[in-house]
Amino acid sequence: MNAIRPPSALQQGAQAFLSRYDGLKSSLPGDPGLREAAADLFRAGGLPGAREEAWRYTFLRPVAEVDFHTPLPAPADCTALLARLPAIDAPRLVFADGRYRADLSTPATPAIIATGAPALGPLARPEQDKLVALNTMLAEDGAAITVPAGTDAGTLVLVSLGTGAADRATAFHPRHAVHLAAGSRMTLIEIFLGEGSYLDNPVLSATVEADATLTHLRLQDEAKAAFHLSTVYADVAERGTYDSFALNLGARLSRMEVHARLGGSGAAAHLNAAQLLGGEQHGDFTTVVLHDAPNTQSRQTVKNVLTDRAHGVFQGKIEVNRLAQKTDGYQMNQTLLLSPGAEINAKPQLEIYADDVKCSHGCTVGELDENHLFYLRSRGLSLAEARAMLIRAFLSEALDPIAHDAGRAVLEQAVANWWEQHSV
Amino acid sequence: MLEIKNLAAEIDGKQILKGIDLVVPDGEIHAIMGPNGSGKSTLGYVLAGRNGYTVTAGTATFDGVDILAMEPEQRAAAGLFLAFQYPVELPGVNNANFLRTAMNAQRRTRGEPELNAVEFLKLARAETKRLSMPEDTLKRNVNVGFSGGEKKRNEVLQMELLRPRIAVLDETDSGLDIDALKIVADGVNALRSPGFSAVVITHYQRLLDHLVPDRVHVLANGRIIRSGGPELALALEADGYAAIVAEAA
Repeated sequence: MNAIRPPSALQQGAQAFLSRYDGLKSSLPGDPGLREAAADLFRAGGLPGAREEAWRYTFLRPVAEVDFHTPLPAPADCTALLARLPAIDAPRLVFADGRYRADLSTPATPAIIATGAPALGPLARPEQDKLVALNTMLAEDGAAITVPAGTDAGTLVLVSLGTGAADRATAFHPRHAVHLAAGSRMTLIEIFLGEGSYLDNPVLSATVEADATLTHLRLQDEAKAAFHLSTVYADVAERGTYDSFALNLGARLSRMEVHARLGGSGAAAHLNAAQLLGGEQHGDFTTVVLHDAPNTQSRQTVKNVLTDRAHGVFQGKIEVNRLAQKTDGYQMNQTLLLSPGAEINAKPQLEIYADDVKCSHGCTVGELDENHLFYLRSRGLSLAEARAMLIRAFLSEALDPIAHDAGRAVLEQAVANWWEQHSV
Repeated sequence: MLEIKNLAAEIDGKQILKGIDLVVPDGEIHAIMGPNGSGKSTLGYVLAGRNGYTVTAGTATFDGVDILAMEPEQRAAAGLFLAFQYPVELPGVNNANFLRTAMNAQRRTRGEPELNAVEFLKLARAETKRLSMPEDTLKRNVNVGFSGGEKKRNEVLQMELLRPRIAVLDETDSGLDIDALKIVADGVNALRSPGFSAVVITHYQRLLDHLVPDRVHVLANGRIIRSGGPELALALEADGYAAIVAEAA
């Protein structure tokens, strides 16, 4: 006897997004064919669930249970949020609730910028990346940033503000594309800030052509009640570099997922990150590096600091294609647990199909060393000062290599602020 | 003045100190010698406030204030300094930042003005030079990649900068060559004043050639079993501990 099972929370959540799409699709910009294809995929696949290997440790049920609304058409007042934005002497693009805000932006940069329509591209792996399908289906806006060949575009700040109200949660799905032509350079600093309850589901695809370098620094400091589910695709050609650092410390539930494909000889990717989580927060940093050409290099140093009852996840996959000889891959994941209720799931994965490669990974989980704390306290540092110093030291391997001084300063300040709030 | 009365302490249920009596008046340097496992390092740790030691009896006061009730950082601000037998390596912690944070933490607690980066560097560079330490000492991570001798000198550097009123030096001489030994002894001698006293834990007479103590105490099996002047150290060097320990037993 087969009873008809009621739809699960994930199915209901997915259905709500599909209904939204059905209501909006005639007014959404861009190629309707792409949207429809994404909607078909999302209709068939829904939100990712725990039965999928890549989603074993991050459950989207809390996301699915929220009744999200489309952001109101009137532009939100962002004065308070902008006041919290770290000062960086560089042009900026501001998106509020997923929509470009020309009134808040100062886009004077050598890069060529187009906004007003999502930069939709073909889905990289549509059958696997359900959140990208969701993004493609519902994206309203985004920035298309192009750096011409041989140009140094300096620094550009890409700001995402979420202004959800407690009683009216919003969902937005910005879609950005960054294209660095041959021999060009840019530092993109992405900052996510917000207040209230909302879902930020951005997708950014970066194309780094030959001899180009994209430095991508990200600060995820979303509102405490928010959800952040971001996906980055970086495609790097010969001798190109995608050099990234992500600081994941905001939101109630977050996942920062990065896919880097090293597609030409001499291409390199650095996917460094730190996650600082407290309270009941859940944070997930997931990477997939595909070595798809010979002589490519990847480096990942990921540090987690977890306190209270926070739950951290790190998943790092290194795939080495059959042709990708002389691959040099390195991955290190380390976690500091500051309280007995904190928890980490760390999953390194190596899939190597070439025979002449150098790949290593390491994973450690521990607490602050009592001897180190005592040494510092015996010199006069308070317990809070000693812990702060050791936590900063723990993060140094990931933070110190950031060559962009202003960007590193912003991230350091965010770390210090975080500790201020969690050192009691 | 440091006054220790009938101090007993245990770790993991094992009694290490079994009733120590020791008075170190201001301006004096006292040496503590004794066989391995007699409780010398434990005495240093208990005075500095390391976790894991339980004081089961006795008192320790500094200028009449009970230091055993204080947190380690309060003891430091009160003027107590422990030079570690095995200085800890702190990867990711810059030595200059560590030293300045420590100095300013103590200054803050004592209500003194903090040092800015320029004032600090001037002081730290002068002391580094005086201790014949390499120029990059301040830029390196605390004790990481330091040789044994460099670590010990880094302890002395901290002591010179923090200007304690009483220092406990736990085998700061072990692992040092003759030149480094002399530098360390000179460092302590430079602090000698009516407002500074030290407890020097050592196995070897040779440190005491350069750093002449006012008193020498022999610690064995958790108790001080003999005290005397500098000549006691010479006698120990010649005859060993066995006779004195047997006599006390």
